[in-house]
Order: sequence, then C-alpha cells, then structure tokens
Amino acid sequence: MSAVPTAPLASPSDPSEVEIPAPARPMSGFRETLHFALRNRKLVFGLAMTSALLLIALIGPFIAQHGPLAYGTDLALRPTTHGGYWFGTTLQGQDVFAQFVNGLRLAFIVGAIGGGIAAVVAMAVGFTAGYRGGVVDEVLNMITNVVLVIPTFALLLVIAAYLQVRGVLPEAVFIGLTSWPWAARALRAQTFSLVSRDFVDMARLSGRSSRKIIVKEIAPNMSSYLFMMFILLFGSAILIAATLDFIGLGPSNTISLGQMMQLSVQNAALQLHLWWWFLPPGLAIMALVGSLYVMNVGLDEVFNPKLRDM
Amino acid sequence: MLRYFARKLFVYGLTFIVAVTVDWAIPHLMPGNPVLALMSRIQAQDPQVSQTMYHHYMRAFNLDLPLWKQYGYFWVSLAHGDLGTSIVQFPTPVSSIILHAAPYTLALLLPAILLSWYAGNKVGALAARRKVLDNSALPLSYALTATPYMWLAILLSWTLAVTWRVFPVGFAYDPTAIRTLSWTFVGNLAYHWFLPFLSLFLVAFGGWAIGMRNMIIYELESDYAHYLGALGAPQRLVRKYAFRNAVLPQVTGLALALGAILSGALVTEIVFSYPGLGFQIYNAITNQDYFVIQGIFLFIIIGVLVANFIIDIVYLIVDPRTRIGMEGGRS
Repeated sequence: MSAVPTAPLASPSDPSEVEIPAPARPMSGFRETLHFALRNRKLVFGLAMTSALLLIALIGPFIAQHGPLAYGTDLALRPTTHGGYWFGTTLQGQDVFAQFVNGLRLAFIVGAIGGGIAAVVAMAVGFTAGYRGGVVDEVLNMITNVVLVIPTFALLLVIAAYLQVRGVLPEAVFIGLTSWPWAARALRAQTFSLVSRDFVDMARLSGRSSRKIIVKEIAPNMSSYLFMMFILLFGSAILIAATLDFIGLGPSNTISLGQMMQLSVQNAALQLHLWWWFLPPGLAIMALVGSLYVMNVGLDEVFNPKLRDM
Repeated sequence: MLRYFARKLFVYGLTFIVAVTVDWAIPHLMPGNPVLALMSRIQAQDPQVSQTMYHHYMRAFNLDLPLWKQYGYFWVSLAHGDLGTSIVQFPTPVSSIILHAAPYTLALLLPAILLSWYAGNKVGALAARRKVLDNSALPLSYALTATPYMWLAILLSWTLAVTWRVFPVGFAYDPTAIRTLSWTFVGNLAYHWFLPFLSLFLVAFGGWAIGMRNMIIYELESDYAHYLGALGAPQRLVRKYAFRNAVLPQVTGLALALGAILSGALVTEIVFSYPGLGFQIYNAITNQDYFVIQGIFLFIIIGVLVANFIIDIVYLIVDPRTRIGMEGGRS
C-alpha cells in the first residue's frame, strides 16, 4: 500500500498556479540562500536532528555490547549499565540497545535506497509525461494510476514467499518501485508549466535532443523542488518499511525498528509494562521522519521568498 | 464530461484487471502448495487416505487444471461472489470471513478519514499566518504525521488501557456481552471502538493540518489575495477565498492518502486485536492461509477503486473547471 506524502509538497493541482523558484543567480544568489538557510529555525532544527540520528545509527552498532539477535541470560531486564544493557533487554534476553541502533541504521538504508529509487522513477515518468504530452502522457498516466491503487502488500507477499532469506535491500527496492506515483504526478504538473516557457522553446529551436532539454533546461529549474521531493520520499519509505515489518513481511536475517514493535506486541510487552522495549523504536521513527518533514518546510521557505515568515 | 467519465472508467477497469491478476497470482506463484498446507493440518495417518484427500482437494480448489484455465475459473467464481475457502478455518468460506470482519474496519476507517480530513483542514487553515496557533499546532501536527500508526496505537493502548484502565485493551466487545441490538451492547461496541479510532484519527489529522496550512500560505501570497487585500476587503473574506482554492488539492490528496490510512487501519487493528480485516489478514499471513489473504486483498482493491471513483465525482462537483472540460490539467 503506497504511502503518501503525509505532508504534501504544497503544489497546487493547476499548473498555472505552480510557483517555480527563480533560477539561481550566480554567487550572490547562493550567498543569499545560505543566509536565509542558516537563519531558518525549521531547517536548522531538522538538519541537526537528522544528523544526530545519523550519527547514532553510524556509531551505535560499534559501541553496542551485544549482537542485535544474540540471546543473553537476563530476561526482561530494565535499562541498566550492568552488562552493557543500556536500554534493557527483551523478554527473551536480547539487547534492546543493539536492536535499536541496528534498526535505526536499517531505517536510513531503506529511506535512502527506497526514496532514491522512487525519486528516479518519479522523475523519469513525470518529466517524460510532462514534456511529451499526448499519447505518451496518457499511457504513463494510466500506469501511474494502476500502481497507485494496487495494494502493494499483495505484491510483497509473493516476493516474500520466494526469497527465503530476505535482507533489507529487496524491501527497499520494492518500496522504491511502488511509492513513486504521487511524486510523478506532481512533477508532471510542474513540467507542464515549464514546457511552454521561452527558454525551452529556444532550446528546442537550437536542435537539442529532448533528453538534453529535460536534463539541462527543465530539471535545474526545479532542483530545489526535486530535493524536497526526495526528502519526503525518504521519510515515507521509512514509514512504509515500518508498517511492512510490523505485519511480518520485513527482512528475515536482521531486526528493524518495525520488527521490534511487532515482537513487543506479540510478546505482550504492553501488558507486562516492558516500556523500554516498545517506546524507543517508535520514538526514533517519529523523530527521524518528523525532522525530515520539518527540514522540508524549512527548505521550502528558504527557496521560496514568498513563504518566509517575517 | 462524458469523455471524462469514459476515460476514468477505462483506467479503473484496467487497474481492476491488473490488480485481480496480481491477487490471483498470490497462491499460484508461491512456492509450495496451499493444499499441502491443508494436508499437514489434517494429519491423515494412512498414505492411501491422504493420497485420496490430496487429489480431492486439488480438484476442489481447481489446482489440477492448467494455469490459464485456473485463471479463467478465478474470474468466473469471482463473478459469482465465490472467493474460495479458508484453509485454517476450513470449511468457512472466505466471503463469510470478510463479511464478518469488514464492518469493523469500515467503522474505523470511514469516520477516521472524514473527521480527520475535516478537522485537519479547519485547524490548518486557522493556523496559517497566525503566530500563536501556528507555533503550537504545527509542531504537534508534525509529530503526529511522522508517528507510525502502530506506535501511536501502542502508546495509547499502554497508557490509557493497560496502565490507567480508562479504555479496554482490545477486541470489539466484552466476551460476556450479549450480542443484541440493545443500547448496552452498542455502548460496549463504541467503548471498544474509541481507542483504535482515536489513534487513526490523530495520525491522519496531522498530515491534513500541515497540508492545509502550507496551501493557505501559498494562496494568501498569490496575486488575487493581495489584490483583494489592496481593495480593502476584510481579512475574513480573503481567507475564505484562499480556503476554497486550497481545499482542491486536499481533495486530490484524499485519493493519494487512502492507501496509507488503510494500511494504518490494518496495523492499528493488530495492536488492539480489533477483529477487522487487518487482524484477519495478519492471522492469515502468519498461518499462510492463502485464500483468505487473496479474498481480503480483493475486497480492499474494490474498496479503494470505489473510493477513488467517489473522490473523482466529488472533485467534479467542487471544481467547476473540470466540468468545463479541463481534463487532467493540461494548460
């Protein structure tokens, strides 16, 4: 099931109303952007939070005292410094801290790969549909609609049954290949509004190939938009992965944040008040995805002077 | 107008065919064989008996036919409303499992979607360009929309149900309740319904509020809004126009968000052991009950298609430009 921009890019459906940020002027424009970027509280907050979480994900697994899947002898231990179980243990004696940092790392991997693939597909479909129009547009639009509506769980179920040992990579690729439709639609609308501009006509008259015009003329004019789209896809890929893992369709050779929540619910951690088991994974996802979304709005305000709150 | 509908219906028809084909493929492309799973459940001792039963079930599920015939029969039985039989709860037909579970899911989903959309849009519109409200409502909305559905469900269940015992921990009604159409039973249902509903509502609410707030700011900065302001129109009027324009993308957003809210409902049901479709599908996945998985997915596909179609019609009503013939947004 596709997840969606819970915080949609503010893009009016009518392309004539779409705001295209002015092409960046050399140097002074960059300086100006930097000036506003450093003074935008949302952007700075989001960036700092994401970086902090990334640091934990990078360093955490090295300082964890136990393997994420290793069983210890202390069962359902409260958070303690004893034995290196900083976040306590699960009901079966696994180290919650080790699972937590491992899951956080997986979340970044799923976000980067899943979000990246989704962004690439969305750009390919959106640019082509918007630039070519006509029959190509119709066909691509149809494909977009089909992917949007198909319950992606059904597809994943078939794949899950085939791959006996599943890593996080197939899951990320899968999420990337199914979560692009809304972004493709938004890009198509943006491209429509650019195609009729003079500079695109000029490029066409000069005999450049369509591919070159898209890459060199159209894409740079919405580079900020593309970047923000990637951030949203990154965040939604993490949320989708958590949902899939929670249902039991996640990776089988490691443990993710979604699986931590699944196992805690399955083992009645709620009734047993093992809060150190089920609180950290959800909190980490909330903090990561939330800071990504906040960063996104901050970027929007930096790139689009009209939105600056002054 | 007619062309608009004809094209929409064509896309929906195509989507339906593709989706049903994927759905049909679930038990067929899977390695192993659902009948073998059923046999291992029955545990017949005599090899002669198990051999006979195996062939009987292969025929009963049409699994002994060539693939293309199986595919054809799938459509035929689909047209008859026959979705097969559950393997785990043999011989309960899948359709009766769905009929028992679907009302619970719909009772969660419909109010959660509609109320969160309404409330989120209202709050988002109020918060835009208003310092105090923006600074309080916006961070909260971001936290809510970034929360995984199951985690908020876990949080609410742990605090309000397990620790403080204000609400029940799970299920649709007390096991001791008498299932009649009485006020006490309806009250009991509502009492169990509230927490899963609240959890769904809150996450969805955050997304709508943020979307609306950002859209309103875009609209308030557009030329027509400035012009109205320069003419001396009261702020209330300008905001009213901005709201009407900003609501259009939110209607489209509703169609895009359906999948996410739906999967949210599925995991929320799992946390609360709420006996809807999500709970059933979770059990079916863990028990490899292919025909139940297949049937529930089919139901979901049809539900999503119907909902999309309704949203299309709503969009046609609220946006006059679509009626005049601006199809798709070509400028």
